[in-house]
Amino acid sequence: MSPRSREDVQVGVVVFPGSCDDHDAYHALAHVLGVRARFVWHKEESLEGLDAVMLPGGFSYGDYLRCGAMAKFSPVMKAVRRFAEAGGYVLGTCNGFQILCESGLLPGALIRNRSLRFLCEPRQALRVERSDTPWTSRTEKGRVLRIPIKHGEGCYYADPATLEALQAKGQILLRYSTPDGRVSEDANPNGSLLHIAGIMNPRGNVFGLMPHPEHAVEPGLGGEDGRRILDALIDTLLAAPARPTPGRAPQAASPSAPR
Amino acid sequence: MTHLASSSEITPEVVARHGLSPAEYERILQILGRAPNLVELGIFSVMWSEHCSYKSSRVHLRKFPTKGPRVLQGPGENAGVLDIGDGFAVVFKMESHNHPSFIEPYQGAATGVGGILRDVFTMGARPIASLDSLRFGRLDDPRQRHLVDGVVRGIGGYGNSFGCPTVGGETAFHPCYDGNILVNAFNLGLLRADRIFRAVAAGVGNPVIYVGSRTGRDGIHGATMASEEFSETSEEKRPTVQVGDPFTEKLLLEACLEVMKGDLIVGIQDMGAAGLTSSSLEMASRGGVGIEIDLSRVPLREEGMTPYEIMLSESQERMLIVARAGRERDVEAIFRKWDLQVEVVGRVTDDGLLRLLHAGKVVGEIPVKPLAEEAPVYERPMTRPAWQDEIQALDPDGIPVPEDLGRTLVDLIGSPGLASKAWVYRQYDSVVRSNTLEGPGGDAAVIRIKDTRKAIALSVDCNHRYCYLDPRLGAALAVAEAARNVSCAGALPLAITDCLNFGNPERPEIMWQFAECVEGIAEACRALDTPVVSGNVSFYNETKGRGIFPTPIVAMVGLIEDATAFAAPFFRSEGDLVALLGEAPGELGASEYLAALHGIERGRPAPLDWAREKAVQAACRAGIAARLFRSAHDCADGGFAVALAECCVGGPEAIIGAEVELPRGSRADALLFGEAPSRIIVSFDPSDRERAERIAREAGAPFEVIGRVGGDRLRIGDWIDLPIGEIRGAWREGLSRALREGG
Repeated sequence: MSPRSREDVQVGVVVFPGSCDDHDAYHALAHVLGVRARFVWHKEESLEGLDAVMLPGGFSYGDYLRCGAMAKFSPVMKAVRRFAEAGGYVLGTCNGFQILCESGLLPGALIRNRSLRFLCEPRQALRVERSDTPWTSRTEKGRVLRIPIKHGEGCYYADPATLEALQAKGQILLRYSTPDGRVSEDANPNGSLLHIAGIMNPRGNVFGLMPHPEHAVEPGLGGEDGRRILDALIDTLLAAPARPTPGRAPQAASPSAPR
Repeated sequence: MTHLASSSEITPEVVARHGLSPAEYERILQILGRAPNLVELGIFSVMWSEHCSYKSSRVHLRKFPTKGPRVLQGPGENAGVLDIGDGFAVVFKMESHNHPSFIEPYQGAATGVGGILRDVFTMGARPIASLDSLRFGRLDDPRQRHLVDGVVRGIGGYGNSFGCPTVGGETAFHPCYDGNILVNAFNLGLLRADRIFRAVAAGVGNPVIYVGSRTGRDGIHGATMASEEFSETSEEKRPTVQVGDPFTEKLLLEACLEVMKGDLIVGIQDMGAAGLTSSSLEMASRGGVGIEIDLSRVPLREEGMTPYEIMLSESQERMLIVARAGRERDVEAIFRKWDLQVEVVGRVTDDGLLRLLHAGKVVGEIPVKPLAEEAPVYERPMTRPAWQDEIQALDPDGIPVPEDLGRTLVDLIGSPGLASKAWVYRQYDSVVRSNTLEGPGGDAAVIRIKDTRKAIALSVDCNHRYCYLDPRLGAALAVAEAARNVSCAGALPLAITDCLNFGNPERPEIMWQFAECVEGIAEACRALDTPVVSGNVSFYNETKGRGIFPTPIVAMVGLIEDATAFAAPFFRSEGDLVALLGEAPGELGASEYLAALHGIERGRPAPLDWAREKAVQAACRAGIAARLFRSAHDCADGGFAVALAECCVGGPEAIIGAEVELPRGSRADALLFGEAPSRIIVSFDPSDRERAERIAREAGAPFEVIGRVGGDRLRIGDWIDLPIGEIRGAWREGLSRALREGG
């Protein structure tokens, strides 16, 4: 059954060891946007009862080895994969985006910033490339959003065929831009190919982005442009026909028993 | 116990190598009633090092005012604690990591941040805001650029990964830091006022539990290194620098906060300088008890570590806990959940001894109380330097007024010391935890306190040139500026923490500088009613007999009752009026202008009038609370003209010009670039002019409308008339250009 009101919407925020923006995501969802949020420990194997899952920013497993490389082996990621395969909505911000790419739920990889330095820009300009998606329905194509970025490994990289497919299928939702919406090398903070800041999967239920929408939901604290993305997701969940039931995924993909 | 008496290994050379004087060794013999073994000697050595014992500074630090109605914990604990109302308290402290950062900048700075974070969360608080105060030498030296790069990466690398925002700080440059850079790290945490944890051992029989990372051979004798001058061989001390692991620290934070929620533990202390030695001794000493530790049970990173190495290791991310008897399993379960080491290593005893066991044998036994209470305290000789009078003398008549004062402004604002520090702070996560109302780049950072209407304002300040020219006044000015900065955000200054960086205290001139600075801070804190609640002293910032300028860094914490009413330094709207709170005097002495453009570091800082200072700050706060002042900016380094230019170009978005007139009187360069305290530039809507004047009058602060915001040029009288873009460019690019970095 789909949720009927905001208070019914249940969003899981995964907590990996080393997650930092998990508290921010929880705060944005539960205290500002008025949905129900639940922390999901990385050792949990079921996401039952959730309408969407958020993989937050931070440094899961210390980002040792490679960003997201360890997190993809955690028990919860098996559940996230099944959840996504069942059509569940999965949002990955920053480290969460890196984990989605490492896990193969999104194509490509995030490598070190062109400057080889960590970069924090509290008002990064982003151009919206599509408005007809579950994640961008509260904005218009070409609109510029101001949302914080803060990362050392945010340079989106993929082979030419993948980049072409991303463009052909309209999977690029956000690009780095100037405040007036021009896309250029100067406006690209990290060297991402095609100035990519965020992409979704072809099905449209998995979205990864380096910017932090959860840090832009209150006036005075990074502005409210992040709400447009999170509110769009909530709209989508309220309109969804049914809650995903990954617990009933095919046996082979579901080693753990549902609760 | 026979081996305890076997002391043939303790020769005078061994004693000297441990940094202990013959007199100090005599005292050890008296306390023990016998000769120490090597383990015990090592323990005395670190506990009586300058770094841990404050033996040269203690008699002076007593002069600080440390009490006040909001002070829940003053100096002497891991950090100070202030009541901010609504059931909340803030915990804060600042510490130096100068010596390690010079030897190995990334790890030195990173572990400096790690150490101060542990000091704060040891008390039960979640760290919510960091600041850093940095001093480097001349940037034309590639070594210095390497140090800047490493230190900034280290601070970011640790703080970002840990998940505590770095919301402000300061970075300055001077040749006196060529051989001794300063890396001072501040952190503030938030907790419930009735849930403060202290570093105390109590309850005979209670278990002593080791948690966190394993113990390795890193950092052995770090505290002793920090208590010596540098020489050519300091590079060889790289192994005494610890290696940080912010990921483990983050787990340690979450596990500690979780363990503190239940009624499981009696006391907790982080293992910082001098590691297991200081944590066990300090807890036992505060509790008036003994502690027995079996070193065989300490989790080790490598095999074959000796008791000496285990006790003196400064491996990071470790804590010592005294738990309630019977709750060991609950404590263990929480730390295991977070994949951390947890091991019961000992117990609290009633014999007042620190007893160390290893492989079934007693390897050390020291009476706790005498070790702490009979630690050496020195009243070191002090002498006012013979050259002090000479450097205070300044004859302005010999200094030419530049013909192109606009050029002078551009040169000044583009110099590394005054230019934008965005290159530094953009490498720090300033927004994580969703509390940052004002991040780096302003006079003060503003951090909201969730679940209340309040916010905290933070500023860290010190003008090292003032302190060199007049240590007492310079230190007082540091406190005044820090208070003014938080007032510019609209906050009432509450209390300070300090980090006192000086040269070799065994030199009477250095000791005089130290004593003078302490007096200056004490005087300022009494005048402003802002007690000192925590702090740190770093001596021996000296290389080959050349010491740094006295550099007492002051961090002020202020409170904003209504978090929706605060101000930033930057002009906001065309047509707003610009006013100066305070007067525009023409003092050239000790100014950045004289140093940067004329190469003159002489004269005295302008004097402080406390009544004036307090009135100006009060007027500023009142105007912000009444939502009249749309911007407020302190006039500091570079004087009025630089401050005004920063109001125009410093904001994150649109830049905006201004036109102002200054009353004539003294020479133009002194009016524009002279530095005097107690001055704040404010802006407000023209319709609020009368109300603004009334607020200033009621506070007793001089107030004069001097111009208007607007246009794309900055004009000051007929001296300066420049396109705002030119100033912005110089200000933005100054530091990265000096560092030879692109953009």
